[in-house]
Amino acid sequence: MLHVSETVKIIGKMRESKDTYTLEFKWDAPAVPGQFVMVWIPGVDEVPMSLSRIGKIKAITVKGIGEASNAINDLQVGDYVRLRGPYGNGFSIKKSKKVLAVAGGVGVAALIPAIKETGCDTIIGARCEGEIILDDVARKYSKSVWTSTDDGSRGFHGNAVQLAKKKMALRDYDLVIGCGPEVMLYFLHEACKENDVECQLSLERFMKCGAGVCGCCMMDRLRVCKDGPVFGTEELDGLSDFGTRKRDECGRIVDLR
Amino acid sequence: MISLFITLAHPKGVLLRDLHAVAMGRLEITFGRLRLERPGMLASGIMDETGDSMARMIKSGAGAVVTKSIGLEPRPGHRNPTFTEVEGGYVNAMGLPNPGIELFAEEMEIALRAGPVVGSVFGSNAKDFAVLSARMEDCGACAVELNLSCPHAEGYGAEIGSDPKNVRSIVSAVKSSVDIPVWAKLTPNTSSIVELGRAAEDGGAEAVVAINTLKAMVISAELRKPVLSNRFGGLSGPAIKPVGVRAVYDLRGALSIPVVGVGGISNWRDAAEYLLAGASAFQVGSAVGTKGPKVFGEINRGLEMFMSDHGYGSIAEMVGVARE
Ligand SMILES: Cc1cc2nc3c(=O)[nH]c(=O)nc-3n(C[C@H](O)[C@H](O)[C@H](O)COP(=O)(O)OP(=O)(O)OC[C@H]3O[C@@H](n4cnc5c(N)ncnc54)[C@H](O)[C@@H]3O)c2cc1C
Ligand SMILES: Cc1cc2nc3c(=O)[nH]c(=O)nc-3n(C[C@H](O)[C@H](O)[C@H](O)COP(=O)(O)O)c2cc1C
Ligand code: FES
Repeated sequence: MLHVSETVKIIGKMRESKDTYTLEFKWDAPAVPGQFVMVWIPGVDEVPMSLSRIGKIKAITVKGIGEASNAINDLQVGDYVRLRGPYGNGFSIKKSKKVLAVAGGVGVAALIPAIKETGCDTIIGARCEGEIILDDVARKYSKSVWTSTDDGSRGFHGNAVQLAKKKMALRDYDLVIGCGPEVMLYFLHEACKENDVECQLSLERFMKCGAGVCGCCMMDRLRVCKDGPVFGTEELDGLSDFGTRKRDECGRIVDLR
Repeated sequence: MISLFITLAHPKGVLLRDLHAVAMGRLEITFGRLRLERPGMLASGIMDETGDSMARMIKSGAGAVVTKSIGLEPRPGHRNPTFTEVEGGYVNAMGLPNPGIELFAEEMEIALRAGPVVGSVFGSNAKDFAVLSARMEDCGACAVELNLSCPHAEGYGAEIGSDPKNVRSIVSAVKSSVDIPVWAKLTPNTSSIVELGRAAEDGGAEAVVAINTLKAMVISAELRKPVLSNRFGGLSGPAIKPVGVRAVYDLRGALSIPVVGVGGISNWRDAAEYLLAGASAFQVGSAVGTKGPKVFGEINRGLEMFMSDHGYGSIAEMVGVARE
């Protein structure tokens, strides 16, 4: 069976920033860069998290923003956690391609496995210096890692997309991969079109089953959990919901802007 | 490999390529007042909360789609976890999430451009069912399917649909509020599904749909708790197919209205099993998750092949053959 569930023991916990932790566990399920798992916190919730490591030892990197994510970050080494997955299509990167990875905030977690596999140039953007995470990990695999902060406290003063535009103008990239807030990805997609560079972006929608069954994570006719979460240039062009609309837990349309 | 070999070695093998053209229309079914070009429908609750998704399933080869069960008001459903894989299928307790009939009208409009849509509705009493069904008819549904069988929503579904008296009164209330065919979707979590079927027929149902999910629970050993937030849910997928086939077989023997078979169908052979047991049409749910929307096209092609191999000129000729 492709998708399995397993209860695993936390074997490592690292603090990445004041509200973000990486939790490591042993799990030999096959996974590709860009896939995610559903993480259950008994009595609280079950939420999607990208795999920030995909080998025999896997990891998730979680920013505490609410009840479930904070509960995950309260887990300690030795605690058990039940996971479902890995789900989703992941990035599909040909070896020959010259790749630029563009991350916003905790979105870098989903890109680390792809950065590891390709050693690609990487931009990590955040609001301020304290929120730049996993740049040390990225530097282990990539020779060119640039940072950007909205307040200029570290690296390029501006957002990740502005920096990506500069880099695209200087170097010939074949492919941009990205993960971060949807507005950022929307403008990254625009920037890639302007520069005639293919892109693959990892998107988010509210998820329940994660397995392409319940239909709650639809963007137009596609399921973010199964047809995505990574969508290519052409798919993104065809998604009228991209950057404009999402659906709530009842299936009602909510405008993003 | 084996099936490939048989296909190639088959005496009619050379003809198989032209089969599609020859068999055009052979998958057509008429049952009750409905005519569908293909016998397999999308089951309620799978990829059918939005118009574009329903349209995609019809374009993938579904003869019709049954909508997510819709209620009067928007409902978020149960809190996650609402779903988990198990050996042989899924256990879910979505808890009937839906945007409410008012907003769902827009989704219906989009889906109907692609093909026929059966409106599934749930309520806590006969009046709600009647109101919702009338709205579904206004929206353009070709039939209405009454969810009398969801096993995991308090006050709805199987909680009211396990009692034949309720089934009968709800069906007859809906009957008098709509002109389109009324189908009753039955629960297998009962001592006699045939009694529920009879009650639906007495109430004026034009078809019964069987089965909904089997009440089930999953517990994590390490975490010592039921996994689903609702604690229990419903089992679907290949594991429940023999239960569904038996239900259809018995219902076909007891009723004079058509039976729609659902439960664990993921290939043409599963579909054929239901047809031979007495189903006039069938629905596919969980397999859309495991195999993707292409499952409809695969089933259609497989059935056409089976029909030509075994000399069936129409789906109707297959219905109930295993009962003879
Ligand atoms: C494919 C995917 C991969 C993700 N990867 C990561 C990751 O690697 N690291 C990380 O920190 N975050 C990731 N997220 C976001 C993460 O799922 C949310 O931050 C988390 O669910 C918040 O839950 P909460 O209870 O803490 O917050 P809440 O206060 O309950 O919710 C805050 C927001 O989180 C989102 N959210 C809540 N529940 C869900 C759900 N079931 N499905 C989708 N979104 C939800 C909603 O947008 C909501 O508005 C990912 C999301 C998706 C869809
Ligand atoms: C995630 C999920 C949601 C479902 N939601 C509904 C629903 O809203 N209404 C309903 O009548 N049946 C619902 N069902 C039951 C299916 O329509 C079907 O009867 C059952 O899953 C058996 O078929 P299958 O094995 O092909 O999935 C749901 C099933 C699943 C797996
Ligand atoms: S979360 Fe259920 S289909 Fe995507």
